[in-house]
Amino acid sequence: MFEFTPTDWQAMELSARVAITATLLSLPFGFATAYLLVFTRLPGKALFDGIINLPLVLPPVVVGYLLLLTLGTHGWLGQLLAALGIRIIFTWKAAVIASMVVGFPLLVRSIRLGMEQIDAQLIQASRTLGAHWYDTLFSVILPLSGRALFAGASLMFARSLGEFGATIIIAGNIPGVTQTIPLAIYDYTSTPGGDRMALGLCLVSIVLSLVVLLFNEAVVRRFRTEKRQ
Amino acid sequence: MRLEVAIEKQLGDFHLAAEFAVTGERIGIFGPSGSGKSTLMNLLAGLLRADRGHLCIDGEMLFDSHSGIHLAPERRRIGVVFQHAHLFPHLSVQRNLLYGYRRLPKQLRRIAPGSLIEVLGLAPLLGRDVSSLSGGERQRVALGRTILACPRLILLDEPLTGLDERLKYQIIPYLQQVFAEFGIPLLLISHSLNELRMLSETVLEFADGRLLGETSAEELARRSMGTSRIGYINLLELAAPSEHDGLYVYRWGNQEIVIAAGSAAPSGMFELSSKDITLFKRHPEATSARNMLHCRVVKLFGAGNRIGVELDCGGRTLVSQVVDEAAQELGLEPGSEVIAVIKASAFRRLY
Repeated sequence: MFEFTPTDWQAMELSARVAITATLLSLPFGFATAYLLVFTRLPGKALFDGIINLPLVLPPVVVGYLLLLTLGTHGWLGQLLAALGIRIIFTWKAAVIASMVVGFPLLVRSIRLGMEQIDAQLIQASRTLGAHWYDTLFSVILPLSGRALFAGASLMFARSLGEFGATIIIAGNIPGVTQTIPLAIYDYTSTPGGDRMALGLCLVSIVLSLVVLLFNEAVVRRFRTEKRQ
Repeated sequence: MRLEVAIEKQLGDFHLAAEFAVTGERIGIFGPSGSGKSTLMNLLAGLLRADRGHLCIDGEMLFDSHSGIHLAPERRRIGVVFQHAHLFPHLSVQRNLLYGYRRLPKQLRRIAPGSLIEVLGLAPLLGRDVSSLSGGERQRVALGRTILACPRLILLDEPLTGLDERLKYQIIPYLQQVFAEFGIPLLLISHSLNELRMLSETVLEFADGRLLGETSAEELARRSMGTSRIGYINLLELAAPSEHDGLYVYRWGNQEIVIAAGSAAPSGMFELSSKDITLFKRHPEATSARNMLHCRVVKLFGAGNRIGVELDCGGRTLVSQVVDEAAQELGLEPGSEVIAVIKASAFRRLY
């Protein structure tokens, strides 16, 4: 019914690669951030929380532009990386960074919700049994946040698959290099006669997102029944 | 163990100011809810930081606001058994038990897991998931987990409160045995006089965040006789029953006691209210009550509008209560002989 061109296949492959890389790279940071927000008494925690959540409400284009200013050839971080021979802008790595920034608040929110459910006395019990705070972190908090970590990761993965605004600014729309599914769809909709192809990729998008959501539901349900037993 | 405490802590509207020094192996902390017992426990364990003062155990400073010492909970080696067991839900019973043990330096591991598992009867539970345990089993695992961490002191925060009556008293023999066998000092927080009497010697009494005084659980029980509905509770540990017409006969000192609620179990703990002991001047010719014990009055003590009568029944102590008028009619005074009459059904089995 739909026939995909080689660049379409590349877009699909790239989307998957970007979403997986962004999610895996964000997990440790997301866990650490949620831990700081739930279990510590930081000064200026409200502000920290606000900054973390900002990409959730900010237009992705704004996020992309700010990233471009930072990582671009004239940006402070961009210059630093250029000196090390690393180029981020207009490569698939830029798409990963865009997805990481935009999806991060969703990840942190999910993990945080899970951590807040952990009984504080379990943590106290582990401390009085001789565990240091970092020992407690890995032997009690991490395993009990497993479900939340998974829920957050799948939400972030789905968000990354759909990331458009920040990506197009910082990574560009280069077929075969930085063109993910949403960018390819955007291309087709502005090409005469591209409707059919756009629809095909839309369908792929819908199927992928649905699979992620169903998978997420199934695993979360399994966690629940395991807990009840 | 010697515990020196002089601390202040403000928590919202509540202010705790405790200053005491106590020496003993089995210390009780008694007080109504909201009296600061749990706050004190958290301060001792290092889960809360006091505003001012110092905390010292066997000469080692755990907290001192002057020199800025505040040992982290994991460095205090003070074990805590919480009101609700708080077992780690993601670990099996066995891994829960060994959680503290594995974190203990080898030279401090002085209790073998095998012997503890035997004392607490935990062997059948080891492979189980903690969510499948009953309340009493959970509390036993929590106790075992704390003991295997070989702490120098164990804080028990109302460890039996969440359990139903029957289970509660089933755990007490385990507690007594474990603390006797492994020689770990304990500090029991409770508002149950029975628990304190069975598990502690010295009792610190708290109210409104302040220490009222140091007493013994026995003293406390006698004092509360005047205000309690149930009177003073005599605790009788009885052994070697023989069955007789559906009743159980136990030896108690040089006399026998007939109990309706007995069982074939080799030993048991029974409670008997001071209100259920009737005193007679002379041996009654016949009575429906099955127990008539020869006693000598040791002393009389006042408690509210009642008079407590401490009796010596062949070397065993029993406390009865009478009103003023009855005491005069019976001519009760230290040394006088009386007959204590008790119905077989007045005894209640605790474990």
